[in-house]
Amino acid sequence: MKRFITILLALSLLALCLPFLASCKKSGDTVTLYVYNWGEYISDGSEGSLDVNAAFEEWYEEEFGVKVEVNYSTFSSNEDMYAKMSSGASSYDIVVPSEYMIARMIEEGMLRKLNKDNIPNLQYIDMEMLFGSEAPFYDPENAYSVPYTYGTVGIIYNTTMVDEADLGSWDIMWNEKYEGNILQFNNSRDAFATALFKLGYDVNTKSEAEWREALALLMTQKPIVQGYVMDEIYNKMENGSAAIAPYYAGDFFTMYEDNEDLAFFYPKEGTNVFVDAMCIPASSQNPEIAERYIDFMLSEEAAIANAEYICYASPNKLVTQNADYRAAMEEIHPDAMEILYGTDELELQFYENLPNDQLMLLNELWEDLKIESSVSTSIIVMALVIVCGGVGAGVFFYVRNRRRRRFVDGLWSE
Amino acid sequence: MKKKLSFLERAAAVPHMVWVVMFIVAPLLFVAYFAFTDVGGGFTFSNIQLLSSYSHIFLVSICFSLVATFFCLLIGYPLAFFMSRAKPSTQKLLTVLLMLPMWISLLIRTYSLMTLLDNGGLVNSLLGKLGFDPIAMVGTGGAVILGMIYDFLPYMVLPIYTSMQKLDNRYLEAAADLGCTPLQTMLRVVLPLTVPGIISGVTMVFVPSISTFYISQKLGGGNFDLIGDTIERQFKYPSTYHVGAAISLVMMILILISVAVMNRFSDEKGEMIV
Amino acid sequence: MKTLSRVYMWVIFALLYAPILVLVIFSFNEGGSLSSYTGFSFRWYGELFRDSVALQSLKNSLFLAVSSAALATLIGTFAALGLDRMRNQYLKGTVNSVTNIPMMNPDIVTGVSMMLLFVAVAGILGISDILGRWTMLIAHTTFSLPYVILSVLPKFRQFDPSLREAAMDLGCTPAGAFFKVELPHVLPGVISGFIMGFTLSLDDFVISHFVSSPDFQTLPLYIYNQTAHNVKYSMYALCTLIIVTILALLLLVNFAGGIGDRSKRRKEATK
Repeated sequence: MKRFITILLALSLLALCLPFLASCKKSGDTVTLYVYNWGEYISDGSEGSLDVNAAFEEWYEEEFGVKVEVNYSTFSSNEDMYAKMSSGASSYDIVVPSEYMIARMIEEGMLRKLNKDNIPNLQYIDMEMLFGSEAPFYDPENAYSVPYTYGTVGIIYNTTMVDEADLGSWDIMWNEKYEGNILQFNNSRDAFATALFKLGYDVNTKSEAEWREALALLMTQKPIVQGYVMDEIYNKMENGSAAIAPYYAGDFFTMYEDNEDLAFFYPKEGTNVFVDAMCIPASSQNPEIAERYIDFMLSEEAAIANAEYICYASPNKLVTQNADYRAAMEEIHPDAMEILYGTDELELQFYENLPNDQLMLLNELWEDLKIESSVSTSIIVMALVIVCGGVGAGVFFYVRNRRRRRFVDGLWSE
Repeated sequence: MKKKLSFLERAAAVPHMVWVVMFIVAPLLFVAYFAFTDVGGGFTFSNIQLLSSYSHIFLVSICFSLVATFFCLLIGYPLAFFMSRAKPSTQKLLTVLLMLPMWISLLIRTYSLMTLLDNGGLVNSLLGKLGFDPIAMVGTGGAVILGMIYDFLPYMVLPIYTSMQKLDNRYLEAAADLGCTPLQTMLRVVLPLTVPGIISGVTMVFVPSISTFYISQKLGGGNFDLIGDTIERQFKYPSTYHVGAAISLVMMILILISVAVMNRFSDEKGEMIV
Repeated sequence: MKTLSRVYMWVIFALLYAPILVLVIFSFNEGGSLSSYTGFSFRWYGELFRDSVALQSLKNSLFLAVSSAALATLIGTFAALGLDRMRNQYLKGTVNSVTNIPMMNPDIVTGVSMMLLFVAVAGILGISDILGRWTMLIAHTTFSLPYVILSVLPKFRQFDPSLREAAMDLGCTPAGAFFKVELPHVLPGVISGFIMGFTLSLDDFVISHFVSSPDFQTLPLYIYNQTAHNVKYSMYALCTLIIVTILALLLLVNFAGGIGDRSKRRKEATK
């Protein structure tokens, strides 16, 4: 009986294997559209919001009579996304990189030109407002990308922990008064930008000396920084574990919802503005459906759902001119519209795609900053003691066992 | 005397051998290949030479994982002993409880630990209520080590527990009858007999903790770069694959050597106990 | 001594479970915070079942774990058979130590080496999208293999060859003797090998991080990729569900095993 059960179990386990194999064969009449976006960067139906991907599937079938299934997956940084793409990950149909990465990908021929006839809603994108020209600087032909969201970096602080007098400038991140309560970006480009802004330099500077100066400044900051973090910022700011953190304006609202002691300001020296845009990789199997997807994302309902979910600024006129959207944002935070869209007065700088040698330099400097770690001597001493103890014990037992064995062998031979 | 083997018996290991050559040996050869070539594909030693600037990281990683392994052993050994002396039904339950955390993603476990230890986390708010000053834990080396101990303790306890289980209670009784104090029994009977378990436990904690890259990012607040973090960063751009491969190669050789050395110290043939 | 051991075990297990307990409690939190408990609610459980991407990654994780564990068990069991019979000691030793490499090697090196292999093969064959479910399956099978062999090989060693001979004397073919007599004997090892492979595959993040492609994301990868923004609290709900399921299953198995033991003992007593 027991044997029967075990054999049955083994067979059923093998049978369970089959769905894995079956799941990769898509039934003929359904097309799969592969979308690769930032994590938590689309309205996904949670908390009563619109499930945009499901809505697209429905809309597409109604409009064109073809069943589409959206395979949605996420990445956590431009570099991760680029790493997957350049190491030969499965081809997908939509990616949403930031501006400097788009420039790089265009240069390397990784993107495909869009057929704008399939994207009529493109007319609602306010290029003039965003870039002051008809085409974005990272995509001079305006042929490869459609802006999805944009935003700025500012400083989030806890009003109960920070003095009013220290606000207003990047200097606050170097203020020793807040030692151990300052967070810094854990990605090279953003972290260096904070130092370059403080120094008053161009964030895309070509001068090696200026980059090195920024590194020196970051090195002086390292002892008073609590940590180099990304998403941990949410928890740390929400529960008061840290007082000061630079982060993206849109994310401030998410944190503010959980902790009303938090506030936000733009440093007077200037700050970074970024654009995340939808693109179609050159390897896409279904470019036309992908274009329809982009078009759908620009339509009023989907765009507003996304803008309210992500809380980043939208480049879409249908969103910014919508009264309900404004009301919803102002309900989250009274100054929300001002923080997101009232950025005209600020010194804003985009990241450009750095030439390869600059990028190598930046990587090298970032390595220097990251590998410089002061481990407390107690840990090193402990490790040394353990090594000595371990080796000592090992040798002791080894020698003793051999001696004993020799002794026993001696007894035998007698 | 020896019987002729049937076809099944002779051919049984062949698929495995093919698999091993294709997916274990070949990938390692590629690591070596990348470590000794540059972006253009030409032979070079420059990647290996570059490693001197990372020696600091190797040292820090080794220190951290040594300390973590030591504390795992210190905490895990008595636990394994007590577990193995409990009632059989309790033993089963305890093993289940020990394995259970492994089914939850390490990412989530570490994240949860981080929120506990954070300045505004539960531990510090409890301390605050008791009238103590908060202690800044996250972002220190101690927190990284604590995370390693927390995440890898079961890997230490299980092999030791397995070897303890094999230990006959009568040995302990005999030792006591012959006049051993409990401490002497522990040191002269139990400890030598469980060396294989200790060795495999130490390996199973040391190896993952030296190469981890999530724990140090979350609990160390990105302040401490370990080898794992460094390797992971090198594999973001194809141009730095070669340096990453060189670091991986050196780390692998270091670990395989130390595992081999440790196995020599144990009397039993290097048979791992899981 | 008794109390000391009990107190010690309680303390260690309490510490081991503290973060998990926090996670479970806060999965029922009404607000979205891990530091202040605002009230009991099933909100995050509702969110979880509405999150199609999370459910898809869970499904991928389970499929991958079952498939890779099954494949590893299949290859590994036969490998253990072959290794047990192998007379060439040199070859046996080599195969054994090479098999154990993924177990000794840090995960990150295994992941990186596999990725380099796949990328190089893709370059040679001119495939642009080699990474995906198949590379994941290969990688997970590879790192599960040594564990399967480790749990099956001792069972083959313990098996008394005279039983096999007896079976053949009674008219079994060699293959028949293997499947009818020897395999049932080693099955417990096979099953524990399978469970080990399943567990490892489900928990693995590091190796998957390097050999996965975006269209086949497992649960750990999905959690990691949320880290640019915020880890969803519904993930805590998911973990709670996983813990409860596993705990229930394990207790059930243990409980059932306990009953089996008791009835066996009773049978022996009546003899």
